Amino acid sequence: MNLDFGFFSWKLIQSFILKGLWFSVELTLVAMVGGIAIGTVLALMRLSGKPWLVIPATAYVNVLRSIPLVMVILWFFLLIPLLLGRPLGAEVSAIITFTVFEAAYYSEIMRAGIQSVPKGQVAAGYAVGMTYSQCMKLIVLPQAFRNMLPVLLTQTIILFQDTSLVYAIGAYDLLKGFEVAGKNFNRPVETYLVAAVVYFVICFSLSMLVRQLQKKIAIIR
Amino acid sequence: MGTWDWQVFLKDTGGGETYLRWMMSAWGWTISVAVLSLIIALIVGSLMGILRTTPNKGLVFIGNAWTELFRNIQLLVQIFLWYHVLPSLFLSLRAVPSFVLVVFALGFFTSARIAEQVRAGIQSLPKGQTYAGLATGLTRIQTYRYVLLPMAYRIIIPPLTSESMNIIKNTSVAFAVSIAELTMFAMQAQEETSRGVEIYLAVTGLYFVSAFAVNRIAALIERKVQVPGLLGAK
Repeated sequence: MNLDFGFFSWKLIQSFILKGLWFSVELTLVAMVGGIAIGTVLALMRLSGKPWLVIPATAYVNVLRSIPLVMVILWFFLLIPLLLGRPLGAEVSAIITFTVFEAAYYSEIMRAGIQSVPKGQVAAGYAVGMTYSQCMKLIVLPQAFRNMLPVLLTQTIILFQDTSLVYAIGAYDLLKGFEVAGKNFNRPVETYLVAAVVYFVICFSLSMLVRQLQKKIAIIR
Repeated sequence: MGTWDWQVFLKDTGGGETYLRWMMSAWGWTISVAVLSLIIALIVGSLMGILRTTPNKGLVFIGNAWTELFRNIQLLVQIFLWYHVLPSLFLSLRAVPSFVLVVFALGFFTSARIAEQVRAGIQSLPKGQTYAGLATGLTRIQTYRYVLLPMAYRIIIPPLTSESMNIIKNTSVAFAVSIAELTMFAMQAQEETSRGVEIYLAVTGLYFVSAFAVNRIAALIERKVQVPGLLGAK
């Protein structure tokens, strides 16, 4: 079979691809910010030492990490309308799902980050009269973020790759954009190939950037 | 949400079998895809991981390129490449069943991660072990076979365990090319019976059981082959 990429035009990109790219990026960013926020809270709960906080947070993280993402996407798509009484649409459902799901993974990273801060620093915080929350906010979390920044970003690249799984509920993401374009021009082979190249270029360059960053911020102690 | 209706599993699918039967056969497909891809991933991943630790720059480059290529394209797109793109470029692949294509897609995808772990495992060993092996007259291949790999594999059992559990989870992506595995079953049975909650609960439960089984098997292997004297040994 002969490959023919001639049908790729700015107009095709504008009408099929950009919309999907925008949704993939939006989904990635919202789930990253929300996931890191919820994940940090979960990590603090697991390290709090209080059973009524540790048990639910541990259960949350372990359950979500043992279910395939596609099943989680399907679960939320099924449950949200049952709970709300009305359908929300695949896109909103996907944003909620990814935020909740990624929180479990980010929380493991944040937990490792918090544990990487030497105990003496918290003791020093208490010694100068700080409260628990001041210690966390001013001493531990800033360092945990800094130590874990490369890992958090690597997880975000994986998150960006995983956004394509919204395929299961028919949301319009970057991959879907390529697929629809391929169907419209009857050129599925070429569009899948270009999609693979696009994902590779994005993810490879981002991971190179993360590697550079890692060298730059490697600490300091 | 209404009441439970677990009897949905005893209903006939219209093809002369119950949904329970269908689900069990779907579970079988999930396990088959996972096991076969894991075998491919272990073989190819080990080879690529070893190449990355050799002193030959060309071999290192091949190993690195392999790892980056299969790590930076997500599984769903790789499955589409195997299923839609390769058969139209190489006509002989058209006769290959889609099950086999998915096994290769998942196997190669996972091989990049295993290559990374094998490389890390070998490089975690002191350089002196390689030198000692070469100094006693072993060839480089023998050094790998008798000195480096037996240690490296034992060290990387924990990450290999989580990768094996990941492979069970990742089989779910095969729904996209209509492999009759658990996720595909969940989607179709949900549509046909509208008892989504019961169906999804059962399917999720089976994923749990499978991943847990892998975890236990790996723990057993880890105990059997542990290196006396290392911190992890009991």
